[in-house]
Amino acid sequence: MTVTETATQPTPRLVWQLAQVREIVVETYRVKSLMLHVTNWQGHLPGQHVDLRLTAESGYQAQRSYSIASPPEDDLLTLTVERVEGGEVSPYLVDDLRAGDQFELRGPIGCYFVWTVATHGPLWLLAGGSGIAPLMAMLRHRARRKVRAPALLLYSSRSLGDVIYREELDMMARVDPDLRVVDILTRKQPETWMGHRGRIDKVLLAEAGFPPKQNPKIFVCGPTPFVEDISRFLVELGHDPLAIKTERFGPSGG
Amino acid sequence: MNETPISRGFRSWRQEQIPKNRVPPGQYVTTDFPVLSAGPTPQTKLEDWNFALELGASPLGSWNWAEFESLPQTTIKIDIHCVTKWSKLDTTWQGVTFDDLLNTVGLAKPPAPYVMAHCDGGYTTNIPVADLIGGKGMIVTRYESLPISPAHGGPARVLVPHLYFWKSAKWVRSLRFMEQDQRGFWESLGYHNYGDPWKEQRYDGD
Repeated sequence: MTVTETATQPTPRLVWQLAQVREIVVETYRVKSLMLHVTNWQGHLPGQHVDLRLTAESGYQAQRSYSIASPPEDDLLTLTVERVEGGEVSPYLVDDLRAGDQFELRGPIGCYFVWTVATHGPLWLLAGGSGIAPLMAMLRHRARRKVRAPALLLYSSRSLGDVIYREELDMMARVDPDLRVVDILTRKQPETWMGHRGRIDKVLLAEAGFPPKQNPKIFVCGPTPFVEDISRFLVELGHDPLAIKTERFGPSGG
Repeated sequence: MNETPISRGFRSWRQEQIPKNRVPPGQYVTTDFPVLSAGPTPQTKLEDWNFALELGASPLGSWNWAEFESLPQTTIKIDIHCVTKWSKLDTTWQGVTFDDLLNTVGLAKPPAPYVMAHCDGGYTTNIPVADLIGGKGMIVTRYESLPISPAHGGPARVLVPHLYFWKSAKWVRSLRFMEQDQRGFWESLGYHNYGDPWKEQRYDGD
């Protein structure tokens, strides 16, 4: 993880750009995807995020960071936003924003939590709730490039109704024998549910996951307790801490 | 961009009561304490922990946990600002100031103008010495009177609260003096080399 280089000349500033909402996709009862047109978008890598800025009529501005859910191959930039109750920005984005509306964003940001098809080794993704968003950019990128490197997604949601991108993930797994998608429902399961129940534990990680000797590239994204537990389990199972990249969110944000 | 678009129907309702001079541009105040780390949280036992002040390859001073705990303690109440936009007001930290570390090893003044903080897990961050002396920087071991939890950087983390909080490196194990400034982990990955929240120096070029 040590990245040390001599300080260099300043690079150009990431400028605020205008984004226009072209389409809104209702993902779940509290999650929507905003598909944005950004005129001079310079491209991004799967896993990166943007800063978004809203301006009120009073001049008051609020900024938040959101992961990019779309792959670099798509024309529109997709942000998937979960409504955080009591939040200042996400309820506006989820409930009030309409197609045609504009706001500012700048990016892409983050060069660490990134995966491309050029990365060697199996890809192991672990998502908790809306933590799926940056991982979805990786899976979509992999699908667009028709890469057959083995990939595994363990995706933990509260209930079936909370699973984001459900149909698209089912379809991806159906057409791609090298991709496994394992759904985990923590709080409520349908009577007919054959999948995993409760939280992801060490047994599931050992049984379903890639063994350390295969040197998987591991990305964990979700609420802080989810990421803390899983990354600790993975280290205890013998995975190299430097192969485990994490993004944590909540309970604040919003 | 010439014109800032107004977000129709967007109003500030949460932040209005907070004094402007407490919150840098683009930040919002939170009451909880989010965790941001690039990898797994290291679980370092106190008996395996030590901390060193280094100049090049040679240690200027080194302390185990008990020795570090016996150094002069300072408590500070201060606002902190994370580059991911949250700020937290009136946080209380206890630990050893950088000035007291220098005194303890018998240095009247710092031997070089920059330091690199080295941490468990391989994390690094660079800080000008000028931002550590005069009570501006500490190595802290208590948060709100309790040991700092591993997720928040325990056993010990850097505290330089006037810079974005990634400079307040978690799980710190040494401060290494450098003649030339070098970039640490996030600073090499697109984040600002200095990180002044009041100038909104989030990313390279800001």
